[in-house]
Amino acid sequence: MGKEFFSFLKCRECGRQYPKKAVHVCEFDFGPLEADYNYEQIRHSISRQVIESREHNMWRYRELLPIDGDPTIGLKTGFTPLVKADRLAKALGIRELYVKNDAFNHPTLSFKDRVVAVALSRAQELGFKVVACASTGNLANSVAAQAAGAGLKSYVLIPADLEQSKVLNSLVYGTQVIGIHGAYDQVNRLCSEIAGKYGWGFVNVNLRPYYAEGSKTQGFEIVEQLGWRLPRHTVVPMASGSLLTKVTKAYQEAIKVGLIDQQPFSIHGAQATGCNPISTAFKAGTDLIRPVPKPRTIAKSLAIGTPADGYYAVNAMKSSGGSCEDASDEEIIEGIKLLAETEGIFAETAGGVTVACAKKLIATGRIPAGDSAVLCITGHGLKTAEAVAPHLPAPRLINPSLREFEALIANDEVHAAAA
Amino acid sequence: MPIPVSIPTPLRPLTENLDTVEVEGATVSEIITALDKKYPGIGERLLDAQGNVRRFLNIYVNGEDVRFLQDKETAVKAGDEVSIVPAIAGG
Repeated sequence: MGKEFFSFLKCRECGRQYPKKAVHVCEFDFGPLEADYNYEQIRHSISRQVIESREHNMWRYRELLPIDGDPTIGLKTGFTPLVKADRLAKALGIRELYVKNDAFNHPTLSFKDRVVAVALSRAQELGFKVVACASTGNLANSVAAQAAGAGLKSYVLIPADLEQSKVLNSLVYGTQVIGIHGAYDQVNRLCSEIAGKYGWGFVNVNLRPYYAEGSKTQGFEIVEQLGWRLPRHTVVPMASGSLLTKVTKAYQEAIKVGLIDQQPFSIHGAQATGCNPISTAFKAGTDLIRPVPKPRTIAKSLAIGTPADGYYAVNAMKSSGGSCEDASDEEIIEGIKLLAETEGIFAETAGGVTVACAKKLIATGRIPAGDSAVLCITGHGLKTAEAVAPHLPAPRLINPSLREFEALIANDEVHAAAA
Repeated sequence: MPIPVSIPTPLRPLTENLDTVEVEGATVSEIITALDKKYPGIGERLLDAQGNVRRFLNIYVNGEDVRFLQDKETAVKAGDEVSIVPAIAGG
C-alpha cells in the first residue's frame, strides 16, 4: 500500500518528471531532481495518533519519505531529544529556546544518520551492492557505519585534512576511506565523475534526491516534540544548504498533510565566516551564490565553497522572513563552550556556528526576544575535539593527599560542608 | 575569429558528439546565438524562457563564471576559451 505515497522525481526548475531511479539531475536544464508525493493520499493515511503509535525513530514519518517498501536501514535512527534550553535561553536573552540534539543520533552521532538511512534503504531497493559518498566527515562516518551494518561494500571520499576523529570514525567500520588532496568541492567533483563511470550508489550524487529527503525528519520531529506546533524561529547550520531547505519543506508538508494548522515560521541560516557563500549572498540581497574557492574555518563539516542548494536556501530564508549570519572561529569556540556550560551538550564545530549565529540574531532583534526558537545541533563534539582542545584548561594535577586538595581548592568558590 | 567552446557530455548529442566546437561572436550572447544556429536546439538548453543562463548551468570565459563578469554581455575575443559546465550537485 505504501507504494503510492511516493510518486516520482521531479525537476525543481522545470517540473519535468523522472522515474524513481538513481538519477539526480534534469536532462533538459540540469536542475536538481526532488521526490514528489501524493499528498492527498498521505493526508488521508496519517494523523497525529497514527504517528504517535509508532516506534520512536525517523521512520514514523514513513509516508513522507521516498522509498517504496519497508525501510531496511536506520531502524533506530532519529527521534533525537528536543531539549528545553532555559539556561541557554537566559544567556542569549530569549523567552523560549530548544535545542534539537542530533549529536545524540544513532548510530554515528550526527544528523547525517537520517539522510543515510533513506539513501541506503533506497539503494537496497534499487539493487546497489556498493555505496559511496563525498563527505566533509559526518556523512562518511554514517555511510561507513550503516553500510557495514547492512553488509554493503562502501567507499568514502574525503578531503585529506579532516579531523583525526572523523577519519577514525570511518576507518573503524572497515570501509574504504580515500583521502583526496583538495577541498570538499574538488572531492565532490571527482565523485561526480566516478558516479558517472561506475555503477555505485553515491548517496549524495546519484542518490541525492532520496538522501536529501531524510533531513526532513529533523523538522517533523521538532513539530511533534513541541506538541504539534511550529517554533516561531528555527536556526539551521548551512554547508550545501540542503538541511535548511528540507527543514523548511518538512514544516510546509506538516501543514499540507493536516498534521498542524497553517502558522507563521521563520527559518534562519548559520555559516562559518571562513566559508560563507550563502550568508554573503543573503546579506547582499541576491540569490546568486559566489563560490568560495578556499574555505578557511574550523567548522570543516560546513566547508562547502560551492553550495548545491544555496539558491534554494536563500529563498527559503527570504520567503519565511528569516535571516542569515556567520561566525568566526573564535565565536564558534565560544558557542560550543556556551552550549556545553549552560545545557551540558557538547556539539561539534557546526553546533558552535549555530549557537554563535543565534546569539547575533537574537541580539539584533532579527529573532525577537519574546519569541520561541529551536537551534539545530547537528553533530557531537567529540568528532571535532581537536578544534576545541587548545581552548580548554588542562586538568589541575595533585598527589592523592587531602592537604594538597585543600590547598588546591582554597581559592575556588566551593567550600566543604561542615562535617 | 572563431572562439572554441567546450561542450559538456549531456549536450554533445546536439553537437554531433563534438566536445569542442568553434563559433564566431564578440559576446557570450552572440556565441550562444551562433551555437544555436549551427546546432539547432542547444539555445533553449542554455537559456531559460527569460533568456537568462540556466541556473544550474555555468558558462565560463577563461575559467571565470560569466555571472561574475558581465553575464551574457561578457566580451570574448580571439584567444579566449568558453566552457559550458553543468553545476555539480552534492554535499
